[in-house]
Amino acid sequence: MDDRKTGDEGPRTGEVSAAGGEGSRWAGTEKLVSGLSGGLNIAHEAADRHVAAGYGAQTAIRWLGKDGSRSELSYADLAALSSKFANLLRAHGLQRGDSVYSLIGRVPELYACALGTLKAGLVYTPLFAAFGPEPIRTRMEIGAARVLVTTAALYRRKIAPFRDQLPSLKLVLVAGGEAPEGCVALGPALERAGENFETVRTGAEDPALVHFTSGTTGKPKGVVHVHGAVVYHAYSGRIALGLEPGAVYWCTADPGWVTGTSYGIIAPLVNRVTMIVDEAEFDVERWYGIIGRERVEIWYSAPTAIRMMMRAGAEAAAPYDFSSLTFLASVGEPLNPEAVEWSRKVFPQPFHDNWWQSETGGIMIANLPGMAVKPGSMGKPLPGITAAILKQGNGGLAECGAGETGELALRPDWPSVMRGYLDEEERFRKCFAGGWYLSGDLATRDEEGYYWFVGRKDDLIKTSGHLIGPFEVESALIEHPAVAEAAVIGVPDETAGEIVKAYATLNPGFEPGEDLEREVRAHARKRLGAAVAPRAILFRNTLPKTRSGKIMRRLLKARELGLPEGDISTLESDET
Amino acid sequence: MTQTGMRALFLEELTRVAPDIDPAEVSDTDHLQEDLELDSMDVLNLAAALHQRLGIDIPEADYAQIATVGSAVRYLSAAASAD
Repeated sequence: MDDRKTGDEGPRTGEVSAAGGEGSRWAGTEKLVSGLSGGLNIAHEAADRHVAAGYGAQTAIRWLGKDGSRSELSYADLAALSSKFANLLRAHGLQRGDSVYSLIGRVPELYACALGTLKAGLVYTPLFAAFGPEPIRTRMEIGAARVLVTTAALYRRKIAPFRDQLPSLKLVLVAGGEAPEGCVALGPALERAGENFETVRTGAEDPALVHFTSGTTGKPKGVVHVHGAVVYHAYSGRIALGLEPGAVYWCTADPGWVTGTSYGIIAPLVNRVTMIVDEAEFDVERWYGIIGRERVEIWYSAPTAIRMMMRAGAEAAAPYDFSSLTFLASVGEPLNPEAVEWSRKVFPQPFHDNWWQSETGGIMIANLPGMAVKPGSMGKPLPGITAAILKQGNGGLAECGAGETGELALRPDWPSVMRGYLDEEERFRKCFAGGWYLSGDLATRDEEGYYWFVGRKDDLIKTSGHLIGPFEVESALIEHPAVAEAAVIGVPDETAGEIVKAYATLNPGFEPGEDLEREVRAHARKRLGAAVAPRAILFRNTLPKTRSGKIMRRLLKARELGLPEGDISTLESDET
Repeated sequence: MTQTGMRALFLEELTRVAPDIDPAEVSDTDHLQEDLELDSMDVLNLAAALHQRLGIDIPEADYAQIATVGSAVRYLSAAASAD
């Protein structure tokens, strides 16, 4: 049955308008959600309301296991499973507002956990399963995690060593039928739980999600989003990705990052698509096979994966059928023009780059369906979004002219704009000035209104689509007894965008050399995980510092890239 | 080169990319990404290092064949003897 022909409660692309009308500029988008009498709850919008509207039998998730298995969850299954999860939380005495963390791959339990948490009025936080124990622990402490959903293997490797030092953690749920000591096996627990649960009538301003993002200095920040964000998830999914009821959609993002939640769970389900979920990691032939076999129509991926496909060459793609594809989008870091041109030949249509952040909760700037793609550009602001390129003028912030580089800023008036950083009011306030949200990204806008990414304003590193804070990496490095000081920068890489590279000075008694480099790198990988740890470490006698003793990462980076060193008037002692 | 020689060489390059791995604890059924926790950039770097060391080109499309330690050693041995 083609679900799109059987009556459709949602408006189609083009009928949703964010700009016009009386009152709120978002008034036109509210018809994408149904609301709950007296409230708004993401889980209701994602599953239960579709069941109530008669679409319970439609496939919500077509799950492809690593081992080649294949199973389907209908919207009715998803509603029931999330209710069971909500009942389970309640049975363990958890309260509205408590935080539930996931540290798990793309398995059906993930979706039960995310939606069940929201249904019960608790707050959902995904963590990246490839993180080492240190970043996991820091994030669980900041958000006072009450519940963790993970696997037995991840638990043993990454949680058990510090479990007793996390007083907030009350319950650890482990996927499958058996659980390590101190944990509850999710399989039998869900089986026993009742499948009726009255969704908590959360308000639009009640916290729903916390996504962690890195800062240049200090600890990672917990970005708070509310249930009302669902309006924007629905809208941006419809407008920027073309998610329509019944469409077959594949988002390849890791569930541990914001894309994996906003566009890997919420936006597609609210728009009642059929999601393809592949448990396995990237594998070029597997991916090509999935597109043809599952008849994927809309595909949302990331530059690193696209560049890996390019490396495999057009020959690797030749035997596969891509005729089902109607729209390709990319996010995570700027998509280079060559990758756009390549996809035009192979699929044969261009990847549409778009731009957003954990703080924005949803896609802000995009090459929209039907728009002429400018390869290398992130596109234009979505209808309803006001963006600008700002510079510091005499009387405060001023808008840059076309082609001029400045900070990309947005009027913070869309429904999924962050409502705060957990316990970090000061850092939150610093993100706003003159009525703008300041993104920290440098960009330009051309004569035709297309935006182009230039770089970060701060020292954050973008690697394989992940934002990494140098401070977190440096902190782990200096925990090694040999390391006195460390500075971490991103250096360009043709596949990952940037890779993490470290400079370090040594304590007395330690000799630089290949053995020590490997030892320190091993230490960093164990603590931080492969995706965050440096790929290379260079030892120096001294690092360049300002008079106040701050290491000048910017200078190390300029030298690495062979760029002008810029203003070095604050340089007190140089690198040797 | 013998399979044993190839395995030793492979472990040498593997631990250069991922020095957190103890070669003595690696078994042939270990999956590079799932058990040994390499990420996709590590796999790419490992393939490049093996290419440099052995002159064997491992195209991306063959990465599934080097997913475990045992299968990688077999793949490399076969490729080396084909030259």
